[in-house]
Amino acid sequence: MKQKTIAPWTTWKAALVEDTALAIDIQNVSLWYGDFQALFEVDLQVKRGSITALIGPSGCGKSTLLRAVNRMNERLGDYVRTTGEIHVLDQDILSDDVELSQLRRHVGMVFQRPNPLPLSIQDNVLFAHRIHRADEKFNKLEEDEIVENALRRVLLWDEVKDRLGREATGLSLEEQQKLCIARLLPVKPTVILMDEPTSALDPKATAALEELIWELHGDYTILIVTHNMAQARRASEETAFMLLGRMVEHGVTEQIFLAPQEEGTADYIEGRYG
Amino acid sequence: MTYSEGDGGVSGQSLMFAATPLNMRNHRLQWLFRALFGLMTLILVVPVGIIFGVLLVRGGPAISFEFLFSYPSDGMTAGGIWPALVGTMWLVAVSLIASVPVGVAAAIYLSEYAPDNWLTRGINLAIINLAGVPSIVHALFGVGAFVIFAGFGTSILAASLTLAVMTLPLVIVATRESLQAVPMAFREACWNMGATRWQTIRTVVLPNAISGILTGVILSVSRTAGETAPIMFTGAAFFFPFLPSSVFDQTMAMAMHLFVISTAVPGAPDELKYGTALTLITLVLLMNAASIWFRSYLRGKKKW
Repeated sequence: MKQKTIAPWTTWKAALVEDTALAIDIQNVSLWYGDFQALFEVDLQVKRGSITALIGPSGCGKSTLLRAVNRMNERLGDYVRTTGEIHVLDQDILSDDVELSQLRRHVGMVFQRPNPLPLSIQDNVLFAHRIHRADEKFNKLEEDEIVENALRRVLLWDEVKDRLGREATGLSLEEQQKLCIARLLPVKPTVILMDEPTSALDPKATAALEELIWELHGDYTILIVTHNMAQARRASEETAFMLLGRMVEHGVTEQIFLAPQEEGTADYIEGRYG
Repeated sequence: MTYSEGDGGVSGQSLMFAATPLNMRNHRLQWLFRALFGLMTLILVVPVGIIFGVLLVRGGPAISFEFLFSYPSDGMTAGGIWPALVGTMWLVAVSLIASVPVGVAAAIYLSEYAPDNWLTRGINLAIINLAGVPSIVHALFGVGAFVIFAGFGTSILAASLTLAVMTLPLVIVATRESLQAVPMAFREACWNMGATRWQTIRTVVLPNAISGILTGVILSVSRTAGETAPIMFTGAAFFFPFLPSSVFDQTMAMAMHLFVISTAVPGAPDELKYGTALTLITLVLLMNAASIWFRSYLRGKKKW
């Protein structure tokens, strides 16, 4: 990949100061995997600090759309083509001078299957911080504080404070997934993308994670893909319904579930397909 | 159909669960194939056992401190194998220094950076083909490239480089496979936190692939130690009763020495040949054992 000029952190800060209402603004986005078109002129606006759920049957393009926001689709190379505009905090993220490393620092992602790195709990939390730390100086006190803050924020501190040096892969799935959220926090992301974050968890762990997602929103904008209707209903403020690569309907969660405007949405929510 | 409902109730026994003729036939087939596969495995294992057994019985008595650490004498019909042992170590060491950095780096490129296109597929194919090139062809290449063109003469350097070219595919394939065994999820996690490919490789991929890489390296060591053809024309001497002092010296080597005393020295006692062969095979087996132990040690530390 050719070297691109780095979008300075200060421009992002400036955007924060202006306090735009929208965290993510997706306009007219189409996306192709080779000859296969996965997204058709999709629009989606996500308000800052809100939780928006993306629902729809398998293969409808939810995850593709999610991965377009941190440009994760691009790792597949030229095979993936994206048109349209995606803005995060008013910055055009599809522009050539966007540094992916900076974009991903501000737009974190949580995966379907918890994927803590095969390092200690502490090193997992500090991973992103260490990558983005400008000076190479190692400050134990600062790092300890970062670890504690991040783990407290995801309600994990009390459970793991005595075993920070242990392998993260030895934690329970619920703890692992919380850790995967915690490791995003030290670099102060704006948006957290979640791709079916509870589908590998049991009901109790799912409830705990949903609680955490509620707890985090406001400070972070959360866009969450889910197959679980009840979860979308419980743990989101807005819901967007996609079908066959198109955005069918987007609105306040209650409205989508109680009075959907489109027939396709109603059919899906009532379980007629999916 | 031999199955009918209610059979069990009629006779008062649980005939419902009794074996039918079809079950019996399946059992016989299952037994037959188990025996067949077991036999094949036996055919594979028995010769190894016999070879090692014969070597142990006939070569064992020859092994002594004296044999390992003294020079051949009386026109190579007596004495020990010390210069050959040392020479093999030189060859292995120098060829490792040449092949491991190149092989590991190439494998990292192919696994972690190279786009999936016709060029990469071509390179992969070429590597597999390189592994299939007969060692005598490598030897001739070594003569042309290192002995004559590069001007190293017949020397440890030329022989080691020839061996390195020969073992490169082994190192590359082993490294590439152990890199690809590292779950994609780890890489995705890293990239999603803004890590570059190199940061990902250094902090997560390599540390988790290292056991497989080392296994490949050790296997290439045992291959290097056992090869005769590639060193025959490039650096191994028929008889060179000195220890080499630099990479530009010629040297004796175990495999070459065995070849020489078995074919070109009339009157060399069988004991000497078996002793040499036993030492060589023990060396190789020890290295393989070390690689297996090391791999399981590193595996044990992994938790995914």
